[in-house]
This record gives sequence, structure tokens and C-alpha cells, in this order.
Amino acid sequence: MSTKQFLFSGFGGQGILFAGKFVAYKGLMAGKNVSWLPSYGPEMRGGTASCGVIVGDEAVGSPIVSTPDVLVAMNLPSLDKYESSVAPGGIIFVDSTLVTRPVNRTDVTVYALPATQMASDNGTPTLANMILVGKILEALGEFDEEGVRAALGKVISAKRADMLDVNFNAMKLGANY
Amino acid sequence: MSDKVLMKGNEAIAEAAIIAGCRHYFGYPITPQTEIAAYMAKRMPKIGGCFLQAESEIAAINMVYGVASTGKRVMTSSSSPGISLKGEGLSYLAGADLPSLVINVQRGGPGLGGIQPSQSDYFQATRAGGHGDFKMIVLAPASVQEMAELTVKGFELADKYRMTAMILADGTMGQMMEPVALDALKVNPTVEKPWATVGTKMEREHNIVNSLFLDPAALEQTNFERFERYKTIEETETLYEEYLMDDAEICVAAFGIAARVSKNAIDEARKQGIKVGMIRPITLWPFPTAPFKKAAEHCKAFISVELSMGQMIEDVRLATECKAPVTLCNRVGGMIPSPEQVLASICKAAEQNGGAK
Repeated sequence: MSTKQFLFSGFGGQGILFAGKFVAYKGLMAGKNVSWLPSYGPEMRGGTASCGVIVGDEAVGSPIVSTPDVLVAMNLPSLDKYESSVAPGGIIFVDSTLVTRPVNRTDVTVYALPATQMASDNGTPTLANMILVGKILEALGEFDEEGVRAALGKVISAKRADMLDVNFNAMKLGANY
Repeated sequence: MSDKVLMKGNEAIAEAAIIAGCRHYFGYPITPQTEIAAYMAKRMPKIGGCFLQAESEIAAINMVYGVASTGKRVMTSSSSPGISLKGEGLSYLAGADLPSLVINVQRGGPGLGGIQPSQSDYFQATRAGGHGDFKMIVLAPASVQEMAELTVKGFELADKYRMTAMILADGTMGQMMEPVALDALKVNPTVEKPWATVGTKMEREHNIVNSLFLDPAALEQTNFERFERYKTIEETETLYEEYLMDDAEICVAAFGIAARVSKNAIDEARKQGIKVGMIRPITLWPFPTAPFKKAAEHCKAFISVELSMGQMIEDVRLATECKAPVTLCNRVGGMIPSPEQVLASICKAAEQNGGAK
């Protein structure tokens, strides 16, 4: 994989930063160079949250993601704000439960999953983020169970080890959608 | 192979400080460095250390003065407006020749400013941390790994020269996560501190830690002695990194996040056939004058990339002795130059100084 820039965005509380951290760890454990940079500031408190993740073979220069190859929009304001910034030929993942309009760009690949609805139906309403991450890895051809579980082990604290399977199953749900 | 973990720059500083033997931290919360205090609050009680949230930045720096007097490694951290508040204490630490580590995770200013990244405290850090004639060793990390490494280095330099070392980072460096190998950190044995006020055991004269000298001749002498030490530091402790400078005809000067952004622009410019490289100062004081002086012999133009209205550019001009034009490429107020903006500056310099392409 050449260098890929991811932008995760949505409401604070949707697990945007966590999803980004997972993808960064997945890359790190595959021997890649990675960076993770959150938006920080007053907009995080109940407003929008975003983080940029870069994963690549070469050392990461600027950690700022301004032209993402992969955009994850978990709400409508995020799609409105970042749709135009996606690199031509890039991929946009949307949570279609909350993003009520279609993606306008025609030069990108779009995956629309009702992730929030799926998470709710699955009895894990807080894991819409990981359902989307599962789909991302599947779409990029990087959903290997061993690697996914190992990376989950890094982002989920030992005290919450019971959440590992729950997260994995949510990701599987997304991957199989 | 060392085990790498993902950490925020702020957390890497805090953990590296603990690894370096720091057991006393005093601070007051301010974005974008609060993770340092939060990390210390969690870790210090578990290892018998002291975390104390002071009633203000001024209180915190004076607590640093107190612990530093006993020779223990001690740290405080803040962001731009908070560092201004610490200015008096920094001067007192210098006047009393006390070692300490101070972290500034810069945000946009002046005034209360904003909370996004900035490098506009360069002058404050390298020229005037407070009143009086004094210097601080100023270290500018450009990765999370360096945040950790320079924290250890900062404690060691502070002890060695009995002065304050400052990590001059910015909001991006503090907030971003990158892989860090903490077990790769090398910590040297601490130096003897016979001056520390740790009790005489009735075996020696009292040690006195003080910055008040009413006899001007005596005060002058302390200044002379201190500047002799500064001279040694300038001669022996300069740190910098060169990137593609061997055949460079255009030289970018940048530190911290600006250097990270510049690297993208330089790689792109090289693809276009422009011979451009970068000198990245790691110590801002002492400033790496020598590599710039050398570069001035073969470079046709210099570009200082900064998150300020142009502060380091003055040191670049001094170091290059105005042998080549030095231009500024900048954003301020919490904005960060894009690689495209830096690339445009490089292309412009290449055109104006023909033949660079």
C-alpha cells in the first residue's frame, strides 16, 4: 500500500478519534509509518470531531490531512464540509442513517452503510464507528482477523478485554455488509 | 527491536520526564498541553512522585524554583500565555543558576490568542524569557519520538549547565500521535550537585540559592561567569538536521511542525527538478549558525518557514551574513502553512534566482 490519508469525521461521542486510532495502530503493527492528528478545541465539546490518519511506507512528513484518500463521514455536516476535499479517485464512507443526502462527487467510490441503525439493531449502539471501520478494511483488502484482533488489543484497555470480541463482531458486521 | 506505542506528543513528554527521573511536576491547565498535566496526575502518585496543580502558572514556576534548589529534576509545562506568566520565575531560576525543564506547547497569540498551533514564542524563548541577561537552552522537537528524546536531553543539559532548558513545541506536536519507542531512550547518570540545599548534616557551610546581589560588582561577576557557560554551550551543544543539503541551491529553514510540512514541499520540488534542501534547527538556542553559514556559500536563496510573522528569519539572516536573500513563508494565528504554499515559495525562489532549476 502506498501512503494513504484518512479523514474521520462526525459528532463528538461517535468514536471518531477511537476509529482513527485503531486504523493507525493497524498500520503500525503492519510495519507502516503512521500519524494521527485530532482536531482539538471548543468544537469538540458536543460539536464536530475529526482526526486525520496517515499510513504509509515512507516516513510521514506533514501529519495534516488536507486531501484525504479516504473520508469517513459519520454525519451530514462532515460530508458537507469535507466532500470536496477528497482526492480524485478516493473513497467516501458515509453513515447513511445520519447522512441523509447522496454524495455528489462522481470521481470517487462511495460506500453508504446505515451504521448507526446496524449498531442499534446489533445491540451495540456505540459501535457504529467500528462497523464503518470494518467496511473500510474490507474495501481496502486489509481485513485479516489476526491483524484486526491484534490492533484491537492495543486500543482496548486490558480492563475492558470483554469488549474485544464485541468490537470485532461489529467490524465483521460492517465488512460483510 | 523496540516495542513502539502510539502516544500523543504531550504524553510522550510526560512519560519521558518520568523515565529521566523527574518526580516533581507543577502545572496549571491550558490547551493544548493539558495532557501533560493529566498524565502526570495519573502516574506520579503511583511512583512516589509529586503532581501538584498549582493555583496559577506563577505559583507553579516558583514551586519549580523550590524543588530545583534541592537538586531534584523538576518540570512545569504550559502554553504561550501561561509561559508569559512564568517569565519572572524563569529569570529568577536563571539568576540563581538552577536547572529546570519548562515545556511550552505554543498556541496562537498575542494575548489570550487562540488554541491552535503556533511558533510565535520563538523570540520569547530565544531572546527574552524574562528580564535580565540570560539564556535558556531551547529544544524544538519535530516528531513525537523527539518530544520524548529531547525531554531527556533537556533535563541532562539543564543539570550540566545549571540553567533552564525549554522544549518549544506547538499544538500539533502536542496533540498528534505517532509511534514512540520509549525503551530506546538513553538516560545518562545524573551529575553531582554540590550546590543543592539538602541539609548540611553539620558537615559543611550552608549552601545558599539566591538571585539577589546588591553589590553590582558581584552581580556583574555572576553575569560574566554565566555567559562563559553560554559560550561553551554555543560551541558544543548545537543540534540540527540537514535534509538533501549536499547539492542544494535553495535552503529551507524550518523547525517543529513547519519542518514536517516543508519536507513534503521539498520532496515535491525535487520531483520538479529544483535543487532544494532543508536545515532544521533542533536547538533554537544555541542556534546552529555554522551549517547556515556553510550553506550560504553554495545556496542562492533561503526560505524561513514559520508559524509566526517572521522570528527565526532574523537568526537565519544573521547566520548567513546576508550573502543570499532570505524570504519568509508563513501562516499565523493558529493557521499552518500548507505544503503547496511552501512549494510555491520554493518555486518562486528558484525562478528569481535563476539556474536553481
